[in-house]
Amino acid sequence: MPLYAALLYTPDLDWSAPEQAGWMALYRTFHDEADKHVRGGNALGQTSTATVVRVLGARGGEVVVSDGPYAETKEVLSGFYLLECADLDEAIAIASTIPAAWHGAVEVRPVLQMGNQ
Amino acid sequence: MAHPHPLTEAEVRLAETVRIEGARILATLIRTVGDLQLAEDAVQEATIAALRDWPVSGPPENPRAWLTVAARRKAIDIIRREGLRAGKEREGTELMDLSSSELSESVVHDDQLRLIFTCCHPALAMEARVALALRTLCGLSTEEVAAALLTSEAAMAKRLTRTRQKITQASIPYRIPSPAELPRRLAAVCAVVHSLYTSGHTRLSGERLVDIDVCAEAVRLARLLLRLLPDAPEPPGLLALLLLTEARRPARLNAQGEVTLLADQDRELWDTSAIAEGLAWLAVSLERSAGIADPCQLQAAMAAQHAIAPTAADTDWAEIVRLYDLLLSVQPTNRAAALGRAVAVAEAHGPPAGLAALDALSDRDHRWQAIRAELLARVRRFDEAAREMRRSLAATLPAPERAHRLHRIAQWSTPGV
Repeated sequence: MPLYAALLYTPDLDWSAPEQAGWMALYRTFHDEADKHVRGGNALGQTSTATVVRVLGARGGEVVVSDGPYAETKEVLSGFYLLECADLDEAIAIASTIPAAWHGAVEVRPVLQMGNQ
Repeated sequence: MAHPHPLTEAEVRLAETVRIEGARILATLIRTVGDLQLAEDAVQEATIAALRDWPVSGPPENPRAWLTVAARRKAIDIIRREGLRAGKEREGTELMDLSSSELSESVVHDDQLRLIFTCCHPALAMEARVALALRTLCGLSTEEVAAALLTSEAAMAKRLTRTRQKITQASIPYRIPSPAELPRRLAAVCAVVHSLYTSGHTRLSGERLVDIDVCAEAVRLARLLLRLLPDAPEPPGLLALLLLTEARRPARLNAQGEVTLLADQDRELWDTSAIAEGLAWLAVSLERSAGIADPCQLQAAMAAQHAIAPTAADTDWAEIVRLYDLLLSVQPTNRAAALGRAVAVAEAHGPPAGLAALDALSDRDHRWQAIRAELLARVRRFDEAAREMRRSLAATLPAPERAHRLHRIAQWSTPGV
């Protein structure tokens, strides 16, 4: 069955903070309901905790480390799931039950099955 | 497509049969081989063979069966030749099991719907859906699709390849949506066919480039949809909209190939049978949807208001404003509708009211500027009108449209107009 990454874009929040308990409860509901499709995933720390790493030139080149997320946007990548679904329509149906879908947006991308076809 | 010599009527008819039958077979072939590209290639090879052999040997007794057999054989050839993976090989044998040359009507019916809903899947970009619909549902070559949508063949080939890749990689299903999903998905299909029609309609006002009549293709697809889903309210609404717009086409360009505005069109040239059919389908559609109008029906109702007005002055603009309000209530971000409403307001309540409606809009593109210029001219503010129209020329415009706007500027700049 195809695998999809559901990338969650929402306001930049600290999901471990007590005020997010309401959202966390909604995510627990999602987990319970979509259990047979969820193959992995988690919430991410706020973008203030993000670090961007680049290597100049090629492997072994100078390592340039900078703070902040890769892209500055109003809604940020704040979590992800790996979903196993029959097809895109099912993936869309599951994605539409992830709380981020009404707290921002969910991007659904097929996971490439490299070399195991 | 470039032809070395003008085609005879028989050749045109033959090409038409091959194209339409090929598109019909494609739908089933995609399901049986499970691969859009492979099926397209097979059908293309079969149609090329038909166009090569039939003029010499005479068309077969049953062109449909001939093409079905040929396309299936080509698909098996391609699967073998390219040593495609086991899954496709298995499906290839299934393909051979479908040995009767005549596919049952109900199988073809469902496959055509599957293809329509896959091509018009909301996960694909609108331009991609329109291009894929022309390629697969209308059976046009990549070259023809490119010409119809005013882009290069290379760019179109790339866009189609990316679209097919998305369908494959993202596993967009080849399936008729469930009854619960159907209304929403059908609305997306109608939007694609309407967009297809509009692209053909716009092209008519640009330089004539190809002999593909995209408007006629859109009408054909609307009729196909109506046949495939005979009880749904959306297809008759779509067909009504297209027919009522198409009815005005003979009056749309003057002898010089310039755009004639609706108000100045010779209504004698309008196609009365298309109007009658459009009005009838609109009534059917509204009856089926129990009076709750979708965007297609609302736009068809507007086209109907124009169609039934004996002269431009008789147009019921207040009713058209009301229909625009309804349309904007279901499509608040429809820019064309917001502009159309401002024009209707100007007609119903005078140019100052129209200008006020325009000024309330924040999205100000060249159409907004051109409409504002016309309304300014109506209240005799010619300097401002010419300035606004000049600003609108910064956009890329079809040649006749640009000529029309330059002509207006010249008129307004002449003292004493």
